[in-house]
Amino acid sequence: MNGVTRQAWIAVRLIVVGALVLGVVYPLLVTGVGAVIASGSAKGSLVESDGEVVGSELIGQNFEGDQWFQPRPSAAGADGYDAMSSGGSNLGPNNEDLLAAVQERRAAVESQAGTGVFVPPDALTASGSGLDPHISPEYARLQVSRVAKANGLSESAVAGLVDANTAGRQLGFLGEERVNVLLLNLAIANARR
Amino acid sequence: MTGWLAAALSIFALVVVLAAIHVPFGDYMARVYSSTHHSRLERVTYRVVGVDPDADQRWPVYLRSVLIFSVLSVVALYAMLRLAPMLPLANGKDAMLPMQSLNTAISFVTNTNWQSYSGESLGYLVQMAGLAVQNFWSAAVGMAVVVALIRGLARTNTDRLGNFWVDLVRGVYRILLPIAFVFAVVLMVFGVIQNFSDTTVATLGGGEQLLPGGPVASQEAIKDLGTNGGGFFNANSAHPFENPTPLTNLIEILLLLAIPFSLPRTFGRMVGQVRQGFAILATMTILWAISVSLTVAAENAHAGVALQAAGAATEGKELRFGVPMSAVFGASTTLTSTGSVNSMHDSYTPFGGGMLIFNMGLGEVAPGGVGSGLYGMLVLAIVTVFISGLMVGRTPEYLGKKLGARQIKLASLYILVTPTLALVGTGIAMATEAGRSSMLNSGPHGLSEVLYAFTSASNNNGSAFAGLSANTDFYNIGLAVAMFLGRFLPIIFVLALAGSLASQAKVPETDGTLPTHRPQFVGLLAVVTVVLAGLVYLPALALGPIAEGLS
Repeated sequence: MNGVTRQAWIAVRLIVVGALVLGVVYPLLVTGVGAVIASGSAKGSLVESDGEVVGSELIGQNFEGDQWFQPRPSAAGADGYDAMSSGGSNLGPNNEDLLAAVQERRAAVESQAGTGVFVPPDALTASGSGLDPHISPEYARLQVSRVAKANGLSESAVAGLVDANTAGRQLGFLGEERVNVLLLNLAIANARR
Repeated sequence: MTGWLAAALSIFALVVVLAAIHVPFGDYMARVYSSTHHSRLERVTYRVVGVDPDADQRWPVYLRSVLIFSVLSVVALYAMLRLAPMLPLANGKDAMLPMQSLNTAISFVTNTNWQSYSGESLGYLVQMAGLAVQNFWSAAVGMAVVVALIRGLARTNTDRLGNFWVDLVRGVYRILLPIAFVFAVVLMVFGVIQNFSDTTVATLGGGEQLLPGGPVASQEAIKDLGTNGGGFFNANSAHPFENPTPLTNLIEILLLLAIPFSLPRTFGRMVGQVRQGFAILATMTILWAISVSLTVAAENAHAGVALQAAGAATEGKELRFGVPMSAVFGASTTLTSTGSVNSMHDSYTPFGGGMLIFNMGLGEVAPGGVGSGLYGMLVLAIVTVFISGLMVGRTPEYLGKKLGARQIKLASLYILVTPTLALVGTGIAMATEAGRSSMLNSGPHGLSEVLYAFTSASNNNGSAFAGLSANTDFYNIGLAVAMFLGRFLPIIFVLALAGSLASQAKVPETDGTLPTHRPQFVGLLAVVTVVLAGLVYLPALALGPIAEGLS
């Protein structure tokens, strides 16, 4: 065998070894370890209510109606929060469609919360994944009175639930303060009963 | 705590961890590639594949091994993508079409991980046993090539550069695989998924949502560690299942910087002068710090009419990470050859997005991809020594090796390859309807999308201004050519350079020798890096991001 053929034969066998060791054994080993020490998160941090899975703590979802806290705008799928088509709008910083969308969203928030209120940026822009499970505490507080009214709850009770579902910066300095919309709405649903 | 203080502490934490690990980790990697001992698993592997691990190769043989392994990897991955529906764990997904399969196979073998497909359209097996496996191999190839170059500088009077197969296998078995395993588990504990089933849920609001599953954690760890960047999902590291918390975000940034920032120490160790490695590291760190600061500042200023209307540059960014740590990720992923994204670069501010293109234009050397970053920086160091030598009228030498006509020719060719591919590619795209019709945004921002694509492909980065519709024959083929040539032409020049350096004797240091470990050289090297890239890319950047930013 000449050099090229010999090396090609080495390469072919190494590619097969790699597919088995790196492509099968390694991920299955990780899966096995995960099943033992991190089964909840490995399965997707699923959230249950009355024994039924209602979503993932990590993945945002659509909520229709005034009785729910609204998540950020989403570019995932035609209706937003399609977990099988993650992605952002990819609209540029000067894009006219993006400008129009921001203005429209601002008007929608103001029509509920009052003209001239400060609307936080996360309420006006879509996330990168389109599945952002969080909103800012500011955006949540802006929705308190609407949600309280629609559910027949007191504003202070709803505001208390917002505070209870607000996470600070991780380790005190990482990331941003945020409210998990699914967990907050779950708390609202439980309070309503 | 204010946002600024939190962001500063986050960046400080990154720097502290990297400063702490680069010495022990760099020394460890030097031992890996210098050791004469073969572990039992390695010996079994060599026997199975038919390698004599103690046979050193000349540079043409080393190069031939790199090319044969890579081309056959492309063939294997292409076949797997095309045949995916017939394999187990296909998860009901269709096969990828031929041109997209070709693009994807070349993309993953060249450590680019440009994705003209969305991850959600692929089955589990093809991701974990096809794409993720190349995440290991392509990273190990880059490391093998830089180790060969380091040996060229360290060895004298020899035509031997080491054994590619041994370097390749050791890189995977002793460095990438153990670390990837540990961090796959860590990421999983913090919320990255690792399973084999999609879940349908009835949502609280009365709708239905299909949640994707998949072996994500095992792929996520090597995706960042190997500076690959191909996301399991379309949204890549912006996806909460890939990057669930601010802490995992920090871990992923650390992973993608860990090897590139530690390899200078490996280099210093292997050439027997630790301070030489430190000078290279200092240059990389300065450029990284400047670029990160500028990107964060640009995003914080949120220029652009739409972003001004929104009040912050939050379009395409995840709330949990915040704007500053999205920008730090963006700068780090484009300064390495990673290309994973935790925010959508297309929606960055004009200058922020322009900075990301410029980062890739630097040739990804600060700190660059695993292996490729250091060999790129060493080529630039050689050019810097040459330019300095011209200024003082001495024969240039680096680490006791004379830099003659052959070495400078090879270094110059290396430097010309990627800008040529990026700019000619962009030019062709802008001159043809097929190239222009894929733009999502109009005006200068549309040009930025195309420029970003070809700069990313030629430099083997893989991130995108993702508004560009890249799944067309024009882009699948054009970017595949850019990725392939952008990876292997430089490798050819680097290994030829390594061979020519290894064959020399060391010349003794004299009063006329330019010291290459002092701050003066660090400054020169940083300036040469920026000026070379600036001269080449400035005209194109002026028409895209700069024009948009100034209008």
